[in-house]
Amino acid sequence: MSIQSEDVLKIAHLARLGVVEGEVSSYASELSNIMGLIEQMQEVETTGIEPMAHPLDQAQRLRPDEATEVNQRQSLQANAPDVEDGLFLVPRVLD
Amino acid sequence: MYNKSIKQLSDSLHKKELSSVELCQYFFERIKRYDSDLNSVITLNETNALVVAEQADLQIQRGESNTLTGIPLLHKDIFCTKGLRTSCGSKMLDNFISPYDATAVKKLAEAGVVILGKTNMDEFAMGSSNETSFYGGVKNPWDLNTVPGGSSGGSASAVAARLAPIATGTDTGGSIRQPAAFCGITGIKPTYGRVSRYGMIAFASSLDQGGAMTKSAEDAATMLQAMVGFDPNDSTSLDKPVEDYSASLDDSIKGLTVGLPKEFFSDDLDESIREKVEEAIDVIKRAGANIKEISLPNINLSVPAYYVVAPAECSANLSRFDGVRFGYRCENPVDLEDLYKRSRGEGFGNEVKRRIMIGAYVLSAGYYDAYYKKAQQVRQLIQEDFTRAFKDVDIIASATAPSVAFSAGEKADDPVSMYLSDIFTIGVNLAGLPGMSVPCGFVDEKPVGLQLIGNYFAESKLLNVAHQYQQLTDWHEAVPAGFGE
Repeated sequence: MSIQSEDVLKIAHLARLGVVEGEVSSYASELSNIMGLIEQMQEVETTGIEPMAHPLDQAQRLRPDEATEVNQRQSLQANAPDVEDGLFLVPRVLD
Repeated sequence: MYNKSIKQLSDSLHKKELSSVELCQYFFERIKRYDSDLNSVITLNETNALVVAEQADLQIQRGESNTLTGIPLLHKDIFCTKGLRTSCGSKMLDNFISPYDATAVKKLAEAGVVILGKTNMDEFAMGSSNETSFYGGVKNPWDLNTVPGGSSGGSASAVAARLAPIATGTDTGGSIRQPAAFCGITGIKPTYGRVSRYGMIAFASSLDQGGAMTKSAEDAATMLQAMVGFDPNDSTSLDKPVEDYSASLDDSIKGLTVGLPKEFFSDDLDESIREKVEEAIDVIKRAGANIKEISLPNINLSVPAYYVVAPAECSANLSRFDGVRFGYRCENPVDLEDLYKRSRGEGFGNEVKRRIMIGAYVLSAGYYDAYYKKAQQVRQLIQEDFTRAFKDVDIIASATAPSVAFSAGEKADDPVSMYLSDIFTIGVNLAGLPGMSVPCGFVDEKPVGLQLIGNYFAESKLLNVAHQYQQLTDWHEAVPAGFGE
């Protein structure tokens, strides 16, 4: 599977990943090589094989729907780039 | 003192020949003296460590201590440590001070260890050479021109150079075992779900597993014991009783059956590596084990399947780094999309970006069945191969890595060739099995690792075999030239 420059731009947009113009073609060729490695999987027939979800077939545990966390807003927001009155600030979304 | 076991150090502390404060100061001095050559430690915890060491000394005086009380340790910088920078080797988290402790960190602290600092690593644990770190590559103390392996390369290099007696690591596709092999130390990754992933920054959640990096299997048994156990904060944590790993170390391995997968000993295997691994298997055989050839017919598909599963999960996990709540934010974003794109584009390095893009690609509309579903099916086949093999054998042995430590820069521009350096380790993660690496000799004066793979929950058996091997060999005692007293 060969990945073209326009594919890189599309994937990068899906992943909200800024890529520098000059790097697009090298990403295309590196990602193509990686996809080449991945394609080796197609060698094996897997019709009817159950996809593995957890190595030990564990189901997700459920717990009672009760609040267990204490409010640590201040300490958690200490790492935020920009906060005001307990809110995370981002550029204006609506004009 | 630098080459002593945990047990020996603990005896000295308990006989009051030495205090934990002195022991920590001793290792801080070694870090300051030697780490400028290695770059294995990226954050020092000196002031706080000495306070904790003083408390450990008091506990010992009061008789409220155990084996790990007052023993210094380094944490891989993927583990959240409260009040201490937790960068994951990335510019994205260069300014991140964790507001909480990972469960593994908390459990080790409760067992009495003293945190000396945090070790360098491949960015977000994505790499096999430690060259993808934002803080620069780590050097291998056996040869400063070579890499220490990755992604737990800082921990491996530091333990090999005896800058700390023990260090934590994490293993998603070989990230404990491959650097342990390259640096000549002992490393164990337990069964998936044994060590809590809470507070261990997520890379590929269905594969990530924390573990111990130490000089010997005996030390690994003590350290791992303190890390494992059920944690309600990790939804895939195993609620199953844990064995006493140290209790069976001295058991005889007479009658044990060791399986050698023919796919791991093919003609492609480097002759000099093969020779060392076969010598090691011979030692285990002379101790009374039976050797049996086995086959893992689908194991050659483990690298391709891994490079779907791991990037897919990484692209989902790393979506949390958005420049809004924590971590790096770009300068002067014009709108929200620009904020996301530039914060992520500038905050992540190339290998992380490659994997996020592969993940986004294989999960994008129309490709799910061809890639992610297919990879999970291949994973099932690989697991079935192991399950079949473990009907006939107790453990499986192979080389840990297809080569000794390679030169810095050698594979840095060729992702696929880098990925293939984990060819012997990745299958273990896909199946969720426990695995370890023990030093088994040298090729060109660089360490070679013997990989031991166990069935689910067979950590005791692995540690027992590794310990018995280390009773008959002294590769694990070797210290790289220039890093002695």
